[in-house]
Amino acid sequence: MIAMLLTTLGLAMREIRRHLMRSFLTVLGIIIGVGSVVTMVTLGNGTTAAVQQQISSLGANILQIRPGQGFGRGGGGTQPQPFEADDVAAIRQQVAGVVRVAPQVQSSGLAVRNAANWSTSIYGTTNEYVKAQSWSIDQGRIFTPQEEQAGKTVCLVGATVLRNLFRAESPIGQRIRIRDLSCEVVGTLKSRGSSFGPGDQDDVVIMPVKAVQRRIIGNQKVNMILVSVDPAYNSDAVQTSIKSLLRERRGLGPNKADDFNIFDTRQISETLQSTTQALTALLGAVAAVSLLVGGIGIMNIMLVSVTERTREIGIRLAIGALGREVLLQFLVEAVVLASLGGIIGLAIALAASVLLSPMLQVPFLFDPTINAVAFLFSAAIGVLFGYFPARRAARLNPIDALRHE
Amino acid sequence: MMAPLIALRGITKTFGAGPAAFQALRGINLEIQPGDFMAVMGPSGSGKSTMMNILGCLDVPTSGTYLFKGHHVEQLTRDERALLRRRYFGFVFQGYNLLARTSALENVELPLLYRGEAKKVRQEAALAALRRVGLEDWARHTPAELSGGQQQRVAIARAIVTEPEVLLADEPTGNLDTERSREIMQLLERFNRDAGITVLMVTHEADMAAFARTTIKFRDGLVESIENHKQPVDA
Ligand SMILES: Nc1ncnc2c1ncn2[C@@H]1O[C@H](COP(=O)(O)OP(=O)(O)OP(=O)(O)O)[C@@H](O)[C@H]1O
Ligand SMILES: [Mg+2]
Repeated sequence: MIAMLLTTLGLAMREIRRHLMRSFLTVLGIIIGVGSVVTMVTLGNGTTAAVQQQISSLGANILQIRPGQGFGRGGGGTQPQPFEADDVAAIRQQVAGVVRVAPQVQSSGLAVRNAANWSTSIYGTTNEYVKAQSWSIDQGRIFTPQEEQAGKTVCLVGATVLRNLFRAESPIGQRIRIRDLSCEVVGTLKSRGSSFGPGDQDDVVIMPVKAVQRRIIGNQKVNMILVSVDPAYNSDAVQTSIKSLLRERRGLGPNKADDFNIFDTRQISETLQSTTQALTALLGAVAAVSLLVGGIGIMNIMLVSVTERTREIGIRLAIGALGREVLLQFLVEAVVLASLGGIIGLAIALAASVLLSPMLQVPFLFDPTINAVAFLFSAAIGVLFGYFPARRAARLNPIDALRHE
Repeated sequence: MMAPLIALRGITKTFGAGPAAFQALRGINLEIQPGDFMAVMGPSGSGKSTMMNILGCLDVPTSGTYLFKGHHVEQLTRDERALLRRRYFGFVFQGYNLLARTSALENVELPLLYRGEAKKVRQEAALAALRRVGLEDWARHTPAELSGGQQQRVAIARAIVTEPEVLLADEPTGNLDTERSREIMQLLERFNRDAGITVLMVTHEADMAAFARTTIKFRDGLVESIENHKQPVDA
């Protein structure tokens, strides 16, 4: 039995070597099928994961209220009026369904420590913001109420800033200089990982809003208000309440348009989610097509060689081979070629995914299921089209197989 | 009288069905004794190859009985027929039927491979067979690199390499010049005489048929005549 298997393996390998072109094309078909499917699905998974991470880092259902009409910071025309600290308090007290309300003033500047310096974003805000944005504290603590009340020059630093200003030493209690301000580091923010492209969320220094207003910007204005909405409330209803409250506070008559806008991060999540779904579907479709192309390639080669192979089967049968011996040889041939193609395909897919993931800024996620499925599917195609024509031929009378045209 | 090695009784073979059906054999009766050397002659299309294929268990008759060593071949399964071919028959096809891209040596080795012989045994026997047909220098060449006559001789080597009990040769000299044809005939004759191999060969040439002891003439799917033209040496 083992001797027979070895003999058959030898026969199969010899046939593979004798028909190098045919074998190569078969293997190529499988490589294309397996390689493309696994690469696409792996990259698709990475993209989905990246987007999901983005979405979760936006914080759940946060409203960003900015002065100006429409999306962005106002555009042309008269400068829209910024918000006041009282607006923040009013929203917190008068609107039902808000969990956290935080002012935000934004600036940027050079952060310096000893010889190291780093240009970064400076957010003036409150602990509410840190919580609403679901930042976690890595070392140290958030601000104390007194620090917020008094506008103390203390700060929380993001991971990117930390990395660039401090080496291995603990930053807590150390002082950094921002603009002309000396500021004590009380806490560090846990990294959120890089977002797409330039939007590095870890490149930030957070200070109490009053400190930034007084010591850096020099006025009491608020650029943006962040509101996190109680999930039990309807976000649209909460937005409507905020809108009418702000219109009243800003003295807008019934005919006047809003001079501020409310942006719901849930919209981003929804957009991103549907985009990712579309992307995944597209990748899946492309992958399916390449699998099909690979499959058709294999099929073609097998069908083209059917005449030749049928004659080969006829000859083998005529000189005394049993049908099952010939079939075993063909099966071994198909399995060897399919596995070879499958393994090469998987290797190429692995290399391509590892290489392309950083370029696309998505994580590399190895998915054993898709690897196994693609391999088995292509192998099945190879075996199917290698084996079944052979089975038909092996059932013929040898003389009919020999006469096959 | 010995029991016949092969007995055909009322063998018919019909190709196709319905109005297109063609009866290539219309009731063949024939007995072949062990050690016979027979030539089969007849016009083209008279059914010679069809009968040879049935004798060689490559094809099955439409009706009639085929007894080989007393066994009903027409009742055997596919695998049993394959084993008969493997064990008892050597077959030279009218169209050679060598494996493409496969060296002459490996082609000749193939029947031994299916008999489960070891590589060394196979190679030695195959080389010896090639030597007998004068092709030992061409062992490494593939059919595409051989002339028609050389391919035919490889096919003969493949048929004799197993030293079969019955050698069925369908026009084994069809593509050879007279000189080569004679050599092949002498080879078959020697086979028949020295090893006691039963030989049946189809030929169109009376010269070649003269090497055999019996000539069977075919016409329109029937045996027209059987004549013994040479008596065994000591008879
Ligand atoms: N597979 C087949 N299908 C249909 N008809 C066939 C088939 N094989 C043979 N025939 C027909 O049977 C008849 C006998 O053919 P066969 O090959 O036995 O002739 P032959 O005597 O060997 O002729 P030749 O001397 O030319 O080789 C021919 O008319 C041929 O057309
Ligand atoms: Mg013929």
